[in-house]
Amino acid sequence: MPRARRGLAAVPGLTLGWAVIGALILTGALLIGFAVGPVDLGVGAIVREILSHVPFLGVSSPLDDTEQAIFWQLRAPRVVLGALVGAMLASAGAGYQGVFRNPLADPYLLGAAAGAGLGATLVIAYANDSARELRPLAAFAGATVGVAVAYAIGRSAGGRTTASLILAGVTVASFLTAVQTFVQQRNTDTVQEVYAWILGQLETSGWREVAIAVPYMAASWAVLLVHGRLLDVLAVGDEEAASLGVKVSRVRLLVLGAATLGTAVAVALSGLIAFVGIIVPHAIRLVAGTSYRVVMPLSIMLGGAFLVLADVLARTVTSPAELPIGVVTAFFGAPFFALLLRTTRMVGP
Amino acid sequence: MKTVALEGISVSLDGVRVVSELSLDVGPGEWVGLIGPNGAGKTTVLRAVAGLVAYEGRMRVFQEEVASLSRRDVARRIALVPQNPVIPPDMSVLEYVLLGRTPHVSYLGSPGVGDVGACRSALGRLDAAHLADRRLGSLSGGERQRAVLARAIAQEAPLVLLDEPTTALDVGAQQQVLELVAGLRGNGNLTVLSAMHDLTVAGQYADRLVLLDGGREVASGAPAEVLTEELIARHYGASVLVVSDEEAGIAVVPLRPRLEAEERVG
Repeated sequence: MPRARRGLAAVPGLTLGWAVIGALILTGALLIGFAVGPVDLGVGAIVREILSHVPFLGVSSPLDDTEQAIFWQLRAPRVVLGALVGAMLASAGAGYQGVFRNPLADPYLLGAAAGAGLGATLVIAYANDSARELRPLAAFAGATVGVAVAYAIGRSAGGRTTASLILAGVTVASFLTAVQTFVQQRNTDTVQEVYAWILGQLETSGWREVAIAVPYMAASWAVLLVHGRLLDVLAVGDEEAASLGVKVSRVRLLVLGAATLGTAVAVALSGLIAFVGIIVPHAIRLVAGTSYRVVMPLSIMLGGAFLVLADVLARTVTSPAELPIGVVTAFFGAPFFALLLRTTRMVGP
Repeated sequence: MKTVALEGISVSLDGVRVVSELSLDVGPGEWVGLIGPNGAGKTTVLRAVAGLVAYEGRMRVFQEEVASLSRRDVARRIALVPQNPVIPPDMSVLEYVLLGRTPHVSYLGSPGVGDVGACRSALGRLDAAHLADRRLGSLSGGERQRAVLARAIAQEAPLVLLDEPTTALDVGAQQQVLELVAGLRGNGNLTVLSAMHDLTVAGQYADRLVLLDGGREVASGAPAEVLTEELIARHYGASVLVVSDEEAGIAVVPLRPRLEAEERVG
């Protein structure tokens, strides 16, 4: 934000300006998400419907019973889940990037996605219909196991360096993906369902998924937000960070654990939605600075907004059919990011 | 009372003994320079003092065993300026200097106005206040080194470890940086232990020199006692001329071996 107006004593960090901009973008995206769909509800009507539930305002809802049901039972849960998943993937991506000091690190790096994919594929391929509900749980377990194994291998192979952790993550991810592909090819009758899940989807049955997601994500965000300052210190490397008084391995473990927990929940509920964890934090760095005390809160707000808008496109571009949201995030996200890269000053080493 | 007291310190890295049975004292307010050929163990000694590598032996800094202090307590007492600091190119100078406040900010806290004030004053003492909003990636070598020093000053540690603080700098920037460190020492509250490459410069700025070779101390004392042609020939394998000048102090001038031979013949 406006640097010139900052006083000499101003502390670098999230400025009020950026906080307001982030909140406005998220609110706008949510309202668009609420309004757009097979039944057009209208932004104004939705605002009044929401306000009518606030006591003492005396606002009456313009929506009829059917529209209210569509809004509260179908549309709002899906939009809110999209916002939560997008916010989680973006902030977890920022967390991984900070821990590994690697701009390409993302929630899928450490075997989290591959583990989740294997867990979900196993359930889709082998469980009978009544056990399909286990899919989120299996994805969660797979993601956690993937990261835990990668972390253990990385620790034993190269001590505490980030490179050994990343290599271990790539190794674990390759292995789990191979197993997942094997299972998938052996069960061709369910291959379409597996693909649909891998490409990402926001399916909701009322508020159930949102209720599952909120506690885990809130815990994850609490840890990620608290550690923004220490992630900034890690930017100067493990040894210098240690000489500045930081217990590097503890910070790394906490942030990795929080990011992985959040990623596992997001992947379990929405499948594999690529790219959000990389482009959202990067876009923020390009315009608002590199400090994680700025990047982390803005990733939560703008990651949520990004996925809500991507979901609007997924629902409308081929209406009445739906595109997988992972396709939309990559198809529209990649050109947007390329544009941003081009129009923002490039930074040499 | 010694600021730093090493008694029989040994350090092994990957099974190789890099520092052997080193004993070394640094008094309060003193500037001690570690010199020695490449691989002599200078950097490792500094890392051990900073508590960054495991060591055997006794090492006390301000009367306390470094190994028994928490990381934060070490960082409040000892600031390390590494030989090749990691420079995140997009970080602003002020944000970078603010990292020096890390040991003074509580775990859940964030830096406050007082911390920013300490950083601005550190930059001011190094004549670098105008750099505060610049990106690190846009600085020249000398400006960058001042940013790194400012971070160490903002840390407000009474002991500063300098590892080859001027390696990448031209002679002007080198002089400027070392004069700044010497100026910071002015009130006698700052103790400096440095590893230095340039022997002439080491002799000009340090009160006392310790010559290391193969991880052992082979000579120590006032610059004039350590910077001798014989010691430098033996431990660096270099032919040098040591010139003593009242104004310059001791200058170590490298001689080309062939020239030296001709001189002897002539």
